[in-house]
Amino acid sequence: MIIHTQEPILEVHDLTVSYSRKPVLWGIDFTLPSGCIAGIVGPNGAGKSTLLKTIMGLIPPSSGFVKLFGHPLEEVRNRVSYVPQRESVDWDFPVSVLDVVLMGRYGKVGLLRNTGTRDRSIALDCLDKVGMSPFAKRQISQLSGGQQQRVFLARALAQEADIYFMDEPFAGVDAATEQAIIGLLREMAGTGKTIVVVHHDLQSARTYFDWIILLNMHLVAAGPTEQVFTEEMVQQAYGGRLSLLSQVGDVMEKRAFPSRES
Amino acid sequence: MIAFWIILTGALVAITCGLLGCFLILRKMSMVGDAISHAVLPGIVIAFLLSGSRETLPMLLGAGATGLLATFLIEYFHRRANLQTDAAIGVTFTFLFAIGIILISVFAGKVDLDQDCVLYGEIAYVPIDLWVTANGTILGPRPVYILAAVLLIVVLFIKLGYKELKLTSFDPAFASALGISTALWHYLLMAAVSLTTVSSFESVGAILVIAFLIGPPATAYLLTHELKHMLAITVVLGVFISFAGYWMAYWLNASIAGCMAVITGVCFAAAFGYQRARNMNKARMSEGLPPAGQAAG
Amino acid sequence: MQHFIDFFSFADPNVRYVVLGNVLLSASAAMVGAFILLQKKALVGDAVSHSVLPGICAAFLFSGSKNTALMLVGAFITGWLALVTIDYIAAKSKLKKDAAIGLVLSVFFGAGMVMMTYIQQSGNAAQSGLDHFIFGKAATLIGTDLVIFSVLAAVLLIAVGLFFKAFALVAFDRPYAEALGYPVRKLDLLLTSLTVLAVVTGITAVGVVLMAAMLVTPAAAARYWTDNIRRMVAIAVAFGVFAGLAGAYISYTAPAMPTGPWMVVVSSVIAFLSFFFAPKKGIVPKLYTQRKNQRIIAEENTLKMFYHLGEQNSHFNGGRDLTELTRTREVNETLLKTTLRRLVSRQLLETKGHQWALTDAGYRKAARVVRLHRLWELYLTQYMDIAADHVHDDAETIEHIITPELERELEHQLGYPERDPHDTEIPKI
Repeated sequence: MIIHTQEPILEVHDLTVSYSRKPVLWGIDFTLPSGCIAGIVGPNGAGKSTLLKTIMGLIPPSSGFVKLFGHPLEEVRNRVSYVPQRESVDWDFPVSVLDVVLMGRYGKVGLLRNTGTRDRSIALDCLDKVGMSPFAKRQISQLSGGQQQRVFLARALAQEADIYFMDEPFAGVDAATEQAIIGLLREMAGTGKTIVVVHHDLQSARTYFDWIILLNMHLVAAGPTEQVFTEEMVQQAYGGRLSLLSQVGDVMEKRAFPSRES
Repeated sequence: MIAFWIILTGALVAITCGLLGCFLILRKMSMVGDAISHAVLPGIVIAFLLSGSRETLPMLLGAGATGLLATFLIEYFHRRANLQTDAAIGVTFTFLFAIGIILISVFAGKVDLDQDCVLYGEIAYVPIDLWVTANGTILGPRPVYILAAVLLIVVLFIKLGYKELKLTSFDPAFASALGISTALWHYLLMAAVSLTTVSSFESVGAILVIAFLIGPPATAYLLTHELKHMLAITVVLGVFISFAGYWMAYWLNASIAGCMAVITGVCFAAAFGYQRARNMNKARMSEGLPPAGQAAG
Repeated sequence: MQHFIDFFSFADPNVRYVVLGNVLLSASAAMVGAFILLQKKALVGDAVSHSVLPGICAAFLFSGSKNTALMLVGAFITGWLALVTIDYIAAKSKLKKDAAIGLVLSVFFGAGMVMMTYIQQSGNAAQSGLDHFIFGKAATLIGTDLVIFSVLAAVLLIAVGLFFKAFALVAFDRPYAEALGYPVRKLDLLLTSLTVLAVVTGITAVGVVLMAAMLVTPAAAARYWTDNIRRMVAIAVAFGVFAGLAGAYISYTAPAMPTGPWMVVVSSVIAFLSFFFAPKKGIVPKLYTQRKNQRIIAEENTLKMFYHLGEQNSHFNGGRDLTELTRTREVNETLLKTTLRRLVSRQLLETKGHQWALTDAGYRKAARVVRLHRLWELYLTQYMDIAADHVHDDAETIEHIITPELERELEHQLGYPERDPHDTEIPKI
């Protein structure tokens, strides 16, 4: 069940993504309205992070395209923010909390120029919003998992974007942080920002998100939570009736077959 | 005066290598410097055969060409043939180095070079290689000018690209999401490392280049949590190592480059020991025990 | 030719020594190297070989003479110490392994340089030739040394043979080996010691810098020929032995040529050839497969054109000319012509003047492609909830790769359907 929206802020059109010729996402096609908190939900290996990375232009798709605000990503980069998985970086890196948040300003500052006092006050503001201002001078290796996630969130806020893509922001964080983050996301959505979150917990997904994208190598369902997040749809996503799909993928990898002709 | 020039040369190389080495170790690419510094051998032999002299420019060009060839081959085998990076590095630089030794053996009569100079360098001869202008004024050792120019380029590069180097090293995915090209900064850094290695090895040798690329940054990395401080400590360490290394070599009447490498190791060992002691004390305190030093009292 | 016969008759005792020494050291290095490579520790060999220098010098300073056995013991001690130091630094500080390797390598070698210059200044006449350890001199292997090397190589071969299964498992799946109760840390230590031993054995022949190649290069090449670890080790050893023989032969025919570097060059050339031409994994076979796939796609698409044209008037074996074919589908005309020619030669098409028509075999093949296309479209709409107007592009690819087994399963899952989502008939064969 795929429910489309008029005037979408994000349009993913017929997206197929492959790793070494083996398709991991097949023909993903959905749209997203602005001002919602959307959850990308699905079992392990469903391709949730891959979808997010492809939208952010970090993985080239084999076919299909993505449009944000009706434009390709390149033209609207300044309005788009990305929060990678917490484990994707080396937390021993010699930078302070404030340094990391200031990185969110790099896109606005431009090449060869340094961040200024205005950027600094924005960064401190953002740290305040996630309750981390006392830690501004702290080195990042001294933070707990939840604190690291808050810092990443503050960095995203500092980008002052209109749409935010977050990869597993609730993975390995304490309950207090989880509540603080979801509260902040609701506040942001209230001011018209759009937030897309990769999430793996079915229980909380229902309460956290007002739009659900249910994924398992292909798109099972996409639409308002109350309409698409049904027992039947979840069963379909987690039921694993897709052995044929992965078998075909294996053959393509083995024979080094292109996922599209041409 | 001889001591001054040698120490200055050592310090210039140590600072240039150290500044770039900070980013190399943070990007987990330390061994690329090792590969480049060995891979320059065939380049300088060919340059020597073609130009028939030990002029600096042809040597730099030859060394630079094989240095870049090495980085290209490593990248190519890794990407196109799916060879694991460490094996790609190991296979490539040993192949180029072997070619270099064979060339030297074949043209033994014509080439006034040996493999030793690549490994050890000839820092002791730096003060002799003077730059004399057309009207006979002596301006001091030529390598010092070249190394100073390279240092200037590297400092400018890091100053202008500090923000991008820092971000692409720390979080490449986020950098790409901001539209900063991680590949571009990777190749700029590699080019800077090649330039530095190539201009340094003639004076200090491949081994000391590796020691300077990794030693001072690794030591500084243990001592600080701030990238800017890490760079600053690396610079100070570089000067100290050059000074202490020369002094030790003078005292033992032994290889200057070797002594500088040993001092690098001593500095790291000291920092490592300090860090271990501090961590153990912290662990003791968190268990409610007094720090080790006070335990007896 | 005379050289060749002289060399391979092994009549000259010098040749015998050099060849035997080379073969033993390259075989044992390649064997240990295979496990090092699989554990992603290729550069560790480089670190060990640089780190043996202070041990060799210390042994010389201690004994005052070039006693081979003593120097090997010294080399073994510092090489081993270096590896342990690397592991210790990487485990007990935030420094990463690669930085630890580079640091230890340069500092140990620096210490060796200091000792070496110290020895040279001491004026001990016996010291000349000590630097053979750094750059290697395989051609000077003599009888007594050879006995030592043979013993070391034999120890290596036996040790690896005894622990083969355990090493293979640890390299392949470390956590699983731990869960099975294998003493993983002790095995690591053993492999470390064997690595050092292999380096020590080879160092006099090829020198410190090139020793890393003797370990890693044959193994890296072997990796491209097989996925089976036993075969990989055997192939690595074979490559190593070949490189050892070739190196010895080259320096026999041209005495100015250094043996060690030639061994490395031969071994590197084997590796480069493997990277490019090894079946399946090599760069060239991969490109060839891609071209073959493109050809299959072009052929099957062309057959499909005939089928689609036939469907319009239920006359599948009718002759079609170029204009008619190009009207149904946008194609490159030169590509179309070569594809038609190939299909004629494979007797899937026959020519009728300026026209082409499907043969019976061609019809069956065309029908199968169309059938797979329509089955896959149906699968996408039924199982993946993709709208009927979005499934065509995907099916365009998949139709070319579905195997008969997958076809049967597809049919079964769909309940042996008659019509596709666009309500056209799914052909039966």
